[in-house]
Amino acid sequence: MHNRSLELGVGAFVIAAMVGLLVLALNVSGLRFQADDDVYYLYARFENLSGLSERAKVSMSGVTIGRVVEIKLDTQDYVAVVKMAVEKGVPLSLDTSASVLTAGLLGEKYIGLSVGADEETLLNGDFIEDTQSSIVLEELIGQFLFSRSNE
Amino acid sequence: MINTLAQTGARCLLVCQLIGRSGVFLINILGWGKGFKAPCHRVIKQIHHVGVLSLPIIVVAGIFVGMVLALQGYSILSSYGSQEAIGQMVALSLLREFGPVVTALLFVGRAGSALTAEIGLMKTTEQLSAMEIMGVDPFKRVFSPRLWAGVISLPLLATLFSLLGIFGGAFVAVNLLGVYEGSYWANMQGSVLFFDDVIKGLIKALVFAFVITWIALFHGWNARPTSEGISQATTATVVQGSLAVLGLDFILTAVMLGGF
Repeated sequence: MHNRSLELGVGAFVIAAMVGLLVLALNVSGLRFQADDDVYYLYARFENLSGLSERAKVSMSGVTIGRVVEIKLDTQDYVAVVKMAVEKGVPLSLDTSASVLTAGLLGEKYIGLSVGADEETLLNGDFIEDTQSSIVLEELIGQFLFSRSNE
Repeated sequence: MINTLAQTGARCLLVCQLIGRSGVFLINILGWGKGFKAPCHRVIKQIHHVGVLSLPIIVVAGIFVGMVLALQGYSILSSYGSQEAIGQMVALSLLREFGPVVTALLFVGRAGSALTAEIGLMKTTEQLSAMEIMGVDPFKRVFSPRLWAGVISLPLLATLFSLLGIFGGAFVAVNLLGVYEGSYWANMQGSVLFFDDVIKGLIKALVFAFVITWIALFHGWNARPTSEGISQATTATVVQGSLAVLGLDFILTAVMLGGF
């Protein structure tokens, strides 16, 4: 009654699909089971994020060193507060500056950090003070038209 | 005039009756109130029939859909100069839409029609009545394992479909069209979310599986016990199953994307 080859086939099918799901999780969606010990969290205030989303990259000189974890609106000053998880192995000096950048002309938004000179480093929960918002194309065009009409 | 009215009424009553019957049928399969579980080895046997034997068509379809998506996507994206986004496009469209929907449509044709024909023939040859006379509950022995087998198999098939599609797309994009391999995968990983894309796609597949198997079993059970009746029931399974998949897909997508 219990057909062995049939059971083997079903088992192989189920396991293949489970492995497939695992590949989808790890390789395709880039899911990482990252322990909290491996990262520290930094915050930064931006006037305008314009399209930066959670899980966006945080990079320094083009190397990804972390991800955006959370985006909130600070209702006191009405600026965006971005929480970033940065790898523990990358100490950042106190006067590091952060800016919202775009990969290519129409690519995804990411946060670019540029190196500072201070010898002290940022600790878990610190704010990056020196920030630069993303360039909004509409504003740029508006400024250009405005300056042309003044001439 | 009165006759047309009466005919419309009769037709409406017939539809209501059918919906009611299918509901009662489903409650019987699930064994509500009786609380029985489907015997494991019967479920495994049915998974073999609806799942493992559907693999060849799913594998071939997955690879080819992925390859076609890459070709089509490349020609559109290259007119914006953003060929690198092709990995993202292939992966998202497969995981969110093509994986669950195309797998479900193939599943209706491959497994749903077979279920209806099998059960219809069981009814025609009075095997179901014979079981009842022997004191064997056909819902427990015949219907319930088939329903669970369908519900288990289709999400697994959809997973494999999407996965193979993504690799098929990678083959075309990287080897034939010359997109840089690193950007194909990196763009994909940057934009695909595990819970929002992969899991929601699987939830869709789960719902489709449940509805398709229900429709297929009901039509088999409800078939007129003639060879013509079985053929009509099989046609009804394929037509209604496909339409149900497409209609439900719209509703599920609207709910999951939060459009309303």
